[in-house]
Formats: sequence, structure tokens, C-alpha cells
Amino acid sequence: MKRWYLTIAIIGCAPAAAFANDWGMGDANSKIPPSSVFNPVSTPAREIDTVAFFVVSITAVIFLIVAGLLAYSIVRFRARPGDDGREPPQVYGSNPIEFAWTTVPVIVVLVLFLTTVRTIYTVQAAARPPDALSVHVIAHQWWWEFRYPGLGIVTANELHVPLSDPESPTPTFLDLESADVAHSFWVPRLAGKTDVIPNRKNSMWIDPQVAGTYLGQCGEYCGTEHAMMLLRVIVEPRADFDRWVTAQKQPPARDASVGHGRQVFESTACVNCHTIRGTAAGGRFGPDLTHLMTRETIGAGVAMNTPDHLRVWVTDPNLIKPGALMPAMNLGDKDLDDLVAYLATLR
Amino acid sequence: MAGSIDHEIALGAADDLQSLPFLGKLHAWVVTVDHKRLGIMYIAGGLFFFLVAGLQAATIRLQLAVPDAGIVPPQVFNRLLTMHGTAMVFLVGMPILTGFFNYLVPLMIGARDLAFPRLNAFGFWLWFFGATLLYFSYIGGDGLYGAGSAPDVGWFAYAPLTELPFSRGNSTDYWILSIFLTSVGTTATAINIITSAFCMRCEGMTLSKMPVLVWLAVVVAFMMLVALPPLSAAQAMLLLDRFLGAHFFDTQAGGSAILWQHFFWIFGHPEVYILVIPAFAFASEIIPVFSRKVIFGYSVMVAASCAIGFISLSVWAHHMFAVGMTPAGNSFFALSTMLVGVPTGIKIFNWLGTIWGGKLRFKVPMLFSLGFLFQFLVAGLTGIMLAVAPFDWQLTDTYFVVAHFHYVLIGAIVFMDFAAIYYWFPKVTGRMLSETLGKWHFWLFLIGFHLTFDTLHFAGLRGMPRRIYTYQPGRGLETLNLVASIGALVQGVAVLILVINVLRSLRSGDPAGNDPWDAWTLEWSTTSPPPEYNFAVPPVVRSRRPLWDLKHPEDPDWKYE
Repeated sequence: MKRWYLTIAIIGCAPAAAFANDWGMGDANSKIPPSSVFNPVSTPAREIDTVAFFVVSITAVIFLIVAGLLAYSIVRFRARPGDDGREPPQVYGSNPIEFAWTTVPVIVVLVLFLTTVRTIYTVQAAARPPDALSVHVIAHQWWWEFRYPGLGIVTANELHVPLSDPESPTPTFLDLESADVAHSFWVPRLAGKTDVIPNRKNSMWIDPQVAGTYLGQCGEYCGTEHAMMLLRVIVEPRADFDRWVTAQKQPPARDASVGHGRQVFESTACVNCHTIRGTAAGGRFGPDLTHLMTRETIGAGVAMNTPDHLRVWVTDPNLIKPGALMPAMNLGDKDLDDLVAYLATLR
Repeated sequence: MAGSIDHEIALGAADDLQSLPFLGKLHAWVVTVDHKRLGIMYIAGGLFFFLVAGLQAATIRLQLAVPDAGIVPPQVFNRLLTMHGTAMVFLVGMPILTGFFNYLVPLMIGARDLAFPRLNAFGFWLWFFGATLLYFSYIGGDGLYGAGSAPDVGWFAYAPLTELPFSRGNSTDYWILSIFLTSVGTTATAINIITSAFCMRCEGMTLSKMPVLVWLAVVVAFMMLVALPPLSAAQAMLLLDRFLGAHFFDTQAGGSAILWQHFFWIFGHPEVYILVIPAFAFASEIIPVFSRKVIFGYSVMVAASCAIGFISLSVWAHHMFAVGMTPAGNSFFALSTMLVGVPTGIKIFNWLGTIWGGKLRFKVPMLFSLGFLFQFLVAGLTGIMLAVAPFDWQLTDTYFVVAHFHYVLIGAIVFMDFAAIYYWFPKVTGRMLSETLGKWHFWLFLIGFHLTFDTLHFAGLRGMPRRIYTYQPGRGLETLNLVASIGALVQGVAVLILVINVLRSLRSGDPAGNDPWDAWTLEWSTTSPPPEYNFAVPPVVRSRRPLWDLKHPEDPDWKYE
């Protein structure tokens, strides 16, 4: 029974073997700079960055002074070999010194507090301009629904917003609500977190000033797939954004060659949860699929949106995102192929 | 004063114990109401769960070592993080501090036991069964619904994730009842400590001559009395929601998710100070002895601890900066949180004042205490960063916060727990722990700790939220996480060395004698281990350092206090 080495080998190799399929996300992610809070491109994040720089500087100075004194006294006052063995002079305390090292921190705290309050009000109390874009964000276990009330668009997981010119800002205001448990909307380079809490309306705003894709994700533990409740914000120049809006407003593509796939979609449980405008599908538990193929990813950013990945996803979402609430569809190969072919036409 | 110890009686009692058969010994431990034995049982229980919850942390770090790892599925990972957090707070941090206070408070005030020995035993057994109940959820959590295993709602169990629609089975009920029971046990201890410190001090020990550790035990006990009931109340409400269809936190029926957060953090933030003030208490006893100097600014130290206790009751919503409070609300909690930094800073400065001009002896307890000073400084400063509400909007619920509070919980509390173990082990067992193994333990643990938690700050700043079972490659998180996981391994090795050190010393450690560290408080005046009645003759003291007076009759403390 010398199986123990097998066990050890398996445990040893597990991390390597566990480099499972990343569904194309590794390559895609590496084209996007890390979501560092110190690399802001939007006013709320920039305000935070400024106050953060201030507090980090102050605390760094405090650290250097106090840690320096500690290190110095540890070296300076170590017991040395050949010591006379007598106890050092006993000092019981000193009120002037206590007073000094109470007053200085109080002053530091006051300065920090005033700076903090200024930033809180700048970010939180900003007025919503009448022409600002409003997006209704609804968090679900474990994906994001984005509704543009003024534009009649519904999409998921990838938020498109227009670029904001610092000279004449065009901010986007997000109204946040949850369909189930508490979540938190967080795209570090655009703004801090705002929790998305059921039975409560929160709001936040962004005015991204550099075009590009920004990664974020749910910031409040919300259950099994909290880790893969990712989101991306796509910031486009106004003209591109308007083109995207026009495209999203179009009815879904109707391609006769995938009629059977569409029939599969409309005759199975898909329609209970998903909407495809202009069809029988009007469910709201899952993402709106009207323009599915305009999205870069599926499963709230868990996999690149390719027909192959879609096929795996529809076969059983658990293969990509264990615990996802969408059930395995148990379709035959032919139906599955046709369904995926139909989905692939939803541009 | 306590110079007259009846050694023969003491040793006689110990011999009796040795001669009992195993079952007799076990029986003696189970029925004991002796504060020392209960203290040892608390600490041993705490250390046991420290190993269990530590292994769970190791599994978490293994899973996060590389992106998209498949060591454990997400459901199992979420149970691991919930059990790790809950256990480390309620099954490790709390019993270890309770155990030390149980053991030390009567000895330090020259009493023969706590005020209510039976209540003390009752509290311990409540804790014990509460603790086993939490881990029993792995077996019993399925419940009638056949769903779930151990709880997977996170240690602060935010509503409505804990409500029936989102948490089926009984795992959340195990979480509720287990913590509820341990909270009741803790309340019993709090009453006991307060009563003992106020009513059972030996002759001559006025409140202003009480050792700093006992003062801080009193502060902690009062905080327990104030902080635990909101948690217990909220848990009762959650049980009503789950079993009787009440709607306190049931958002689908109009309940409030934020109400739970307020209840939890009104408990949760004082809880952090309940855990860390004992670390201050140990430091305030150990640093003077190994610096060979009296504590600098005794009364300021006590006052600062009381201030921390008071202010910490008004800072709870800094855990909730992101829930959408008004700007005024956010500003208030930013200010109150920053203000805690003032008395905390005073404490660090006073320890520095104690070291200044001393003759430092770098025994293992002192090494851990010095590590504590640096790490607690860093933890305090990152805490100030988190108090800046707008910065917190970025940092909350990220690995920056994870790193920050592990700096408090490990860098400060666990380091001081280790220091306390090395310092008082000789008193408790009569045997010394090995200095050589202790130094290996210290240095490895120090290196491992910094590998793990220094790097995790940066993972948070790069957008890594906490409580994620995995992360995708290509987001700039791979290296940081791999280093952090290697650090966890090093810490594991260090803890293994501690276990070996303890087991080895129990069998064949050097005899300790009554006062191996040349210390000054009353517990060192009796035998090691102390007899069941602690002091044959109740001691009489004239100053805060009775043994100093005894050893230096030419220059006693009471001339200066």
C-alpha cells in the first residue's frame, strides 16, 4: 500500500493541473491596464486619488519618525555584554511629554478630517446636470443589468458610457438597485464603491475622460459566484457611443437560416428568464439577449463571447461558472448547434 | 508581603494530581471551577481552533496562489472563508484572551479565584459547546432542506444573504446559535472580571495600583457587556426571520438590509478593540520587564485605554462608508475613527518611552512584543487611511482591508498572544519553552507574515476584492498572490515549530522556578505552577510593582507613585 506518494504527487501537481481553461480572459485582460486605484481617469476616482496621496504621505512621515525612533531605541538601549547587571533608572512618566504627543496627533487628525470632508462633499453632493446620462443598474446574483431609461436600451455586464470632456463634462449617473442580496458596484479607475442594496436606491456618478475599457467587479460578498460577478465599462467618444446606442435600439437580427435555432430558443425554458425583443422571449431573471453578440464576454465577464464558449455555456453554465443560477439546458447536439447558431446572429 | 509561600502545601497538591488515574484527571478537569484550569482550557481550546482555522486559511491561500485554480469549488471556498473568519474571532481570539484574563487577573490582584468560579465554568462550557456547534455544521448543516453544509455567508453574515431564500438548509442557523452561545459565555466572563477586579484586590492594591493588564481586562469586560448584546439581539431577530416569518432583514418583504449592518458593526467594531486591547495588556506587562523599566505613563496608559473603549463605540459605521450614507454621516464616522488614532498613538509613544533608556533583553517574549510594536504602528496608519471615507470607498471590501485587519489580528494580536505564551508558559506549567526553537518560530513567523500581508495591501490597491474564490489571469494579481501564498506556508512552518516547542517543553523543558524573568507583578511571587489557592497567605502590596519593592528595598516604587 505505497499509495502515499501518489497522494503527494497529486497534491503537488494540483495547482499546475488546476490551470484550467481561462476561456480566453487572460489574453483579453492583459490588453487592459490593471485596475489600480492610483490610476484614475474620472473625477470621483481622481478626487479620491488626491486625498489618498495626502493621507499616505502623512502616514508615511509618521511611520518613518516613529519606526525610526523605535529602531533607534532598540539598538541604542540593548543590554550589552559586560553590563554591570544593575537596573536602569526608573522613569515613571512625564506630563509635558504626554501633552506633546497628544496634541500633535490631534492637530494631524483635524487637518486630515477637514480634507476628508471636502472630498466627501465634492464626490457625494455633486449636482446631477439635466443633460447627464442616467443608467439604471440592477445587480443580480451574479450579473449586472444596465437599463438606459432615456434611450430604451437594456444590456448586461458591459456598461457603455460616453467620454466626458473635462472642459464641458458629460457625466453619467448610475442609479443602483439590487434584485436579490447586497452587492457593490466598483470600477476602481472610475470611482469608489457604492453598495447596491435591495430595498434601497443608491446612486453614484462617473465622468471618464480617457476612452477605453475599464474592469471592475462586485465589491460586496454576494454568494457563490461573487468572484465572477465581473463588469466592464466601455468608454467611447460621443460619436461612437451614439452609434452604439443606435445599434442597440434596432430590433434583433432575423436570419431565416437559423430559424430552427430560434424555434428551440422560443420553445424551451430560455424565454422564462431571457428577453429578445420582438420575440416571445420576455423573461427578466437573466440578461437581455437582444444584442448578445455585441458584448465582448458572457457570464458576467467569465468567458470571451465566442460561439464555442456559448455552446459550453448553454450545455451547462456550471462548466464555466460553477453555481451560476442558469440551469443546464439538456439539449440534443443538433438543437444545441442550431441554438448557438441563432444566438450568434444576435448582433 | 507575598514572600511567605507555603511550598510544601503547594507541592503536595501537585503530587496528588499526578497520582490520579486518567479518568480521574479528566473528571477533575471537567468539573473544575478553578480559574487557572479554566484559563488553560480556554487557551488550549483557542489554540486548537487556531490550528483548524489556520489550516482553512492555508487552503484559501493555496486556492488563490494562482489564477483560475481548481483546488476547491466556489461553494467550499466560501464555507472556508466564513468558517475561518468566524472561528478566528469567536473560537480563537476570544477564548485566548478570556483564558489569559481568567488565569492572570486573580493572580495579579492577589486573589484566590475569580468572584464567581461556577459562573466561570458555566461560561467556559457555553463557549466550548458553542464552538463545537459551529464545526458540527459541517455534518448537520444540511438540515431538512438538504442544502448546504457549513455556513457560507461570510463572518459578518450580511442580510439578506442569510435569509431563507438565499441560505437554505440549517448552516446559517448553526452560525447564529454557535455565536449566540459563545456570546453568553463571554458575558459571564465579563461580569466575573469586573466584579473580581473591583471587589477582590488584595490589601493595599487601590485601583491606581492595579497592574495595567488588569485595568485593560476591566476595559475589555465593559466593552463586552456593551457590544455583545446588539449582536445577540440581531441574531435572535434573524432566527425569527428564518423560522417564524418575521421580516426584520427580509428585504423581499420590506425588511432592511442596512439594519443588520448597523447591528453587526455596533458589535463588530468594539469587538476589534475587545480583541486588541488584551494585546496592549500583554505588551504593557512584557515590554517593561524586558526593558528593565517601569511602564512609562501608567495613568495615561490606563486613561488612553478607557478612551479607546469609549471612542470605539462610536465608530462602527466606518465599515459602511459605501452603503450610501449622507455626507454628514460619512464625515462623522470619519472623524470618530480618526480620533481613535490619538489614544492609540499615545499608547505606542508610551511603550517607546518605556523602552527608552532601558536595558533591553531580547528573549522570545520581547522579540514578539517588538514585532507587535512595528506592526501595530503600520496597522494603525493603514487604519487612518481607511478612516478617510473617500479612500475607503476604494479600499473597503478589498484585499487592502484584508491586509489591514490581518496586520491587527496577526501582526498585533497573534504576535502578542505568542509573546504571552512564551512569557507565562513557565508560570502555568513550571517549565521553560526553548529559546532556540522560540527564535526560529519568531523569525519564520515574522518573515511569513510580511510576505503574505505586505503584498496583499497592493493586491487590494490593484482592484482585488476580498472573498473571491478565484481571479482571472492578466489583471496584474498573479505575482502578489503567489508571494502571499508562499508567506502563508512559511507561517505554517513557524506555527508547527511552536507546537513542537510546547509539546517538547511539557515533557522535558527546563524547570522554570517561581520568577524566571525577574519580573514584578504578583503572579511571579507564587510557585510555578501556582497552587490551587494561588497564595498561601493573601499578599499585601504598597505599589504597582510589589516584587520590585521586595527586590529593591532601598528604592521602592511606592516612594514615587
